[in-house]
Formats: sequence, structure tokens, C-alpha cells
Amino acid sequence: MTAAAVSAHTVGSAKPFPIGKVLAWTFMGIIMVITIVPFYWMIRTALSSNAALYSGSSSLLPANFNVGSFARVFGIQTGEAAIAQGGSGQSIDFWRYLGNSLVVASLVTAGQVFFSACAAYAFSRLKWRGRDVVYSLFLGGLMVPAIFTFLPNFVLIKNLGLIDSLLGISLPTMLMTPFAVFFLRQFFMNVPVELEEAALLDGSSKIGNFFRLILPMSSAPIATLSVLTFIASWNDYFWPLMVSYSDNSRVLTVGLGVFKAQTPQTGPDWSGLMAATLIAAIPMLVLFALSAKRIVNSIGFSGIK
Amino acid sequence: MSNTPVASGSAKKRSRSDLPLAVLMIAPAFIGLAVFLLWPTIYGIGLSFTNFNLLTPPKFVGFNNYIRMIEDPMFWNAAWVTVYYVVVNIGVQTVLALGIAVLMHRLTQSMIVRSLILTPYLVSNVVAALVFFWILDNQLGIGNHILVSMGLERIPFLSQDATVIPTIALINVWRHVGYTALLIFAGLQTIPESAYEAAKVDGASEWQTFWRITVPLLRPILALVLIRTIIGSFQVFDTVAVTTAGGPVNSSRVLQLYIYNMAFGRFQFGYASALSVGLMVILVVITFLQYRLTRAGDTDLN
Repeated sequence: MTAAAVSAHTVGSAKPFPIGKVLAWTFMGIIMVITIVPFYWMIRTALSSNAALYSGSSSLLPANFNVGSFARVFGIQTGEAAIAQGGSGQSIDFWRYLGNSLVVASLVTAGQVFFSACAAYAFSRLKWRGRDVVYSLFLGGLMVPAIFTFLPNFVLIKNLGLIDSLLGISLPTMLMTPFAVFFLRQFFMNVPVELEEAALLDGSSKIGNFFRLILPMSSAPIATLSVLTFIASWNDYFWPLMVSYSDNSRVLTVGLGVFKAQTPQTGPDWSGLMAATLIAAIPMLVLFALSAKRIVNSIGFSGIK
Repeated sequence: MSNTPVASGSAKKRSRSDLPLAVLMIAPAFIGLAVFLLWPTIYGIGLSFTNFNLLTPPKFVGFNNYIRMIEDPMFWNAAWVTVYYVVVNIGVQTVLALGIAVLMHRLTQSMIVRSLILTPYLVSNVVAALVFFWILDNQLGIGNHILVSMGLERIPFLSQDATVIPTIALINVWRHVGYTALLIFAGLQTIPESAYEAAKVDGASEWQTFWRITVPLLRPILALVLIRTIIGSFQVFDTVAVTTAGGPVNSSRVLQLYIYNMAFGRFQFGYASALSVGLMVILVVITFLQYRLTRAGDTDLN
């Protein structure tokens, strides 16, 4: 290649393919719009009245702005008012579902992260015979597809008398997941051994090291894992659906399904339904807004390793 | 209690086994693993050889459930519907995610773009299903409004055979594509910058760089991502259960919904367990085949 050709290339690559770049940004823009617009549509519909929706309004702003739908799904509208506004008139109480989701997700997150951390410490920092064998059992557990454990676990929870209880929903994932143990072990391994030995010489115990050294030094991955576990538990549907039979233990996802099933087939309460989905979605969107960077950065690790 | 002597003694005698403390610390997690994961796996296989119905004690019936499965047209329908779903879902999702990931890598490293793209993943399948159930409603949904305003026919997306599975597959693409793109993006970051600089020096276009550098070096990670997403895709349930409940007739009755119907609609836990084993066998075979075909373990980086 001549010098002239090379320099032409270098000049060219400083501004590579303006058309390609425009196309690329257009593609990205379209993807962004498709990603975001359904959220806007949820809000717009929830703030519209059913009457306006049924008159065929396709206004991009809320049609006949009102918040009756939220009153309806929180059960603070009278049955008659609800029916007048296109609701089913059945009592529906999303405060209750919100509370249940909060209890289940908190129990699962606190239990799973703490007990998995304990196990991860024993697998990374304690010396004992059989460690590798037991750890490989946990790794094996990583391979079992969730579908496979649902029916037997249902039978077990039923025999324990925990059907239709929040503890019954929480229990199977409250003690550990193989992934959580695996994830935390990776980080515990990276805490320098010297620090721990120094602490032992200063009279600390191993269990003391776990609480005063390992846990604080791993607070970032523990926070990430907690957020991910909370979100996964909040969004879970299949397992809570099997265990819940009444409002005692219905979480938001199950409550949404019930609400959708109760709403009249011929004239669904669209604005109520969208208000209900918003109530289920908003806590996760807020959590995401607060920890987006943490969650986005964690994905590479969890997927590839 | 039992950990106190070990804990105090271990400071002086480092070589001593930590077994008592280890047992204490592992106990809760190990109980969780054994009771809710390992034992159910064995118990589930056991149940598949019985006629268990939740009410009377299980009775051994040999391979009857498996024979019934092979002769059950509903099972084959469910298997076919599920495979159809997975092909559309994974096909569209992987291509889109790869495109998005490459753009996030080569065009913009913006954290805002990466966060926005992940947003749908943060809401549940149920929420995603209901939003699109509304958007795609035949009469009032904005999707059909747009079609009509463009002079096209209304499409009953979720209520006719021809469109129900592709529609559900695309709803789930909407929810998962950002996550998949970020997985691939993480893989792209493992490709050394020097490879791209060398391509640039050699005058390769972006298009050539993509096919000659990115794709070959990304292959092992792409294979792992595929195994992961396909296994997830085969377990589709939430979206179908909420929007169509398997209909119209059986055209969206995916395997996991069929298993659920069998267990909780007809209380045939034995047969439902056999169906679960069937689904698991499919997953294991696919993982194995894919691992072999794509040589997921190798990397071209070495």
C-alpha cells in the first residue's frame, strides 16, 4: 500500500461511514422507543377513564384524566362507583398484595443472602475434610432446572401445612440458591488471606472474622446480590401461583392474574388493570433507578462465569 | 455453642480442622439444598412412576406414565408449540441482542443507554404480558389503532392460531432482549482492543470487523448465552398463563402450562411429574448438543 492510500484510510476511519453511523443510531433510537413506550402507555391508560377508552380515544395523553383506577385497585372505591367506572365490583385490595410481596421478597432476600454468605465463607475460608465434595453438590444444584422442583416442593410444602402462607412461598429459596453461594464465594476468595491471619493473631475468632472482616469487605457484591434476589423474588409468578389460594398469601403477580381473570371478558377494566400493573412495576423501577449501575455491571459476571 | 472452643483454639493452631464451625455455617444452606433442590429432583423422578393424585398415597405404575406420554397427542402438541415459541423467541432475541450489544460496544458506551435497555427486565413477566395484552387488544389497543390508521387490517394478535405464539414470543423478547444484550456486551469486552486496532490498521470496514473479529472471538460466549437463554425460553409459562391460558383452543398450550394444568386442574401429579422429566430430558439433550456443536468450552482467544 502506498503512503497516500494509508493516510487516506486513516482520515477515512476517523469519520467512518457516516451513513452507517446514522443507521446505527436510528436502530438504537427505535429500540429505545420500543423499550420505553409501553411504560408510558401503562401510565397513560391508568390515568384515563374507561368510558373515554371505550369511546375509542387514541389520544396520546390520558383520556379524561382521573385517578379512579387507583382508588379501585386499592379497594377504597365503593362497589357501585367501581362498576360505574367499568370495574368488576369485586373486592380487590392491592395494599394487601403489595404487603405480601414485600414480606416474601424481604424474607427471601435476607435469608438467602445471609445463609448463602455463611456457606460461601465455609467453602472459601475454612479448612475441613469433604469441602470440595459438598461444594460440588451445590454446583450440581446449579444445573437443576427450576421446573423440575416445583411439583415435589409443592407436595412438601403441603405436607408441612404451609399452603397459602407467606412462609410457604418463601421457604424454598429462603435458605440458599446455588448461584448465591457460588457468587459470594468468588468474592470471599479475593479478600487477602493476610488480613484474616493478622486479625486471628490479634485474638479474633474465625466467626468474628466473618462478621467483622469478610462481610464488610464484600459489602458491594452483597448489596448487588441482595438487589438481584429481591427483584427476582418480587417478579416470581409460577411458584406463588401454586402455593396461594386466597388473599392471605397472594403476592402482586398472582393478584394481577386474579384481577385480569375477574375483569369482565366483554369489557375489561383496562384503566384499573394498568393501574394495577403500575403498582406492581413501580417499586422495581424505583429500585432500579437507585441501583442501575450496580445491576447493569453485575450482569457480565453472573452470565459468563 | 459448639463453635466456641474451635473459634478460640483456631487462632493458635491454624492447621486444626474447622469442621465444627463449617458444619454450623453450612447447615442452613445445606438443608435448603438437600430439602428443596436435591431431594425434589429424586422424588420427582420417583413420582413419575406412580399414579399420585395428592389425595391417596402414590401407587407404583411402572412406565405407564411414559407410555401414556408418548401416545398423548396433547403432549406432542405442547412440545411442538413450545419448540415453535423457542425458535421465534431465541431467533429474534439473539439477533437483536447481538446488534444492540455491538452498538453499545462500538457506538456508545453510555450508561444511560445500557440502563434503559435493561428496564423491561426489571418488571415481571406478568406485567409485561398485561401491558401488551392491552396494547394489542383487538378493539381498543393502540397497536391495532396504528394498523388501522396505516390503512391495514386489524390483527387479533393473541386470539388467533396464526399469531398467538409469535406474539407471545415477541412480548418476551421485549422483556429479555436488554438482558441478553448486556450478557453479550460483557463478552465483547473480553475481546482485546488490539484486535480492533489491528483491523483498523488493515483498513477493514465495520462490517468486515464484525464478521472477521467480533463473531469468531465471541463464539464461545455466544454459545454459553444461547444455552442459558434457550433453557429459560423452554420454561415459558407466565406470559401464556396470564394472556391466553393456552388458547385459542390449544394453540399456545406450552409444555409448562400443560404440566400445570395436569397437576392443578386434574390433580394427576404422577403424569405431570413424568411430563416434567420429559421437559428436563429435552433441556439436557439440547444443552449437551449445543455444547458439542458450538464447542462452547474452547475459545479462539488462546
